[in-house]
Amino acid sequence: MMLAAALLAIAAPGAGQAVSSAPLANTQLADPQAEAAAQALMEELRCLTCQSQSIADSDAPMAGDMRHQVRSRIAAGESPDEVRAWLVERYGDYVTYRPGFDAATWPLFALPVLFILLAGVVLVRRLGRRGE
Amino acid sequence: MKRLWLILPFALLVLFLGLATYQLTQPKDEFVRSTMIGKPLPAFDLPGATDEAPRVASGMFADGKPRLLNVWATWCVPCIAEAPQLMELADRGVPIVGVAIRDEPEAIAKFLETYGDPYEAVARDDIAELQLAVGSSGVPETFVIDGKGVIRYQHIGDIRESDVDALYAEWEQAQ
Repeated sequence: MMLAAALLAIAAPGAGQAVSSAPLANTQLADPQAEAAAQALMEELRCLTCQSQSIADSDAPMAGDMRHQVRSRIAAGESPDEVRAWLVERYGDYVTYRPGFDAATWPLFALPVLFILLAGVVLVRRLGRRGE
Repeated sequence: MKRLWLILPFALLVLFLGLATYQLTQPKDEFVRSTMIGKPLPAFDLPGATDEAPRVASGMFADGKPRLLNVWATWCVPCIAEAPQLMELADRGVPIVGVAIRDEPEAIAKFLETYGDPYEAVARDDIAELQLAVGSSGVPETFVIDGKGVIRYQHIGDIRESDVDALYAEWEQAQ
């Protein structure tokens, strides 16, 4: 009994920390279209305190507060890209699972194209040789 | 020449494995740094430490004096550890504005009574809106805001005794 009480005390941290109290952290928007847009974006934003989860997936209070920002900004008429840009301005590319095309990320997009071209060249040369 | 071409894919694989193994042995930077350094402090207007206390707003950073913006919380254990260092900075004349994340007036009053009150003002940020606006990802974090209201420096984690001089120097530089 004492042990159970002690465990319970550990499991219930101090005031405020355990959950986000932001109104839109766990409440869907009334407009289904806006909620769908918000949900899609939340799945592509990285939780800052849990780091390998999206904010849609995470129970961390910080993730809840971020969901509130996403929903309230989209409800106020911002586009998902504008909301994402707002967060990237603050946390860099780290916060998004869909990186933009810039000086640091271009190899992500260029390398697959390069590899496909390379494979194509090799294939054409081999097939060509076989035909001789 | 033909031989060389044959071992090229294997060499690439070894290179990749070597790189990955090397990266695994390197310490990982656990922190997400703010990319707001050099940008103006976003506008905010938050309730004070109690419901009766005056509200705390971004306007107070526009009076030409550099300040520290300390993101903390009463439920945060490292914040207790950094309390003496904040007191030391306040004693040396550094104005510090506290932002209490997801906190309660009673808990704030008790914390400041127990560990000392280095703050010029304390704002309550119940939904971490100011924390997100400045690009902070945890507690405690401390930002240096210059006299024009521009964010100049970010210290992540609790302020140790060995960090005090560096933070003071950053604050002096922001004059």
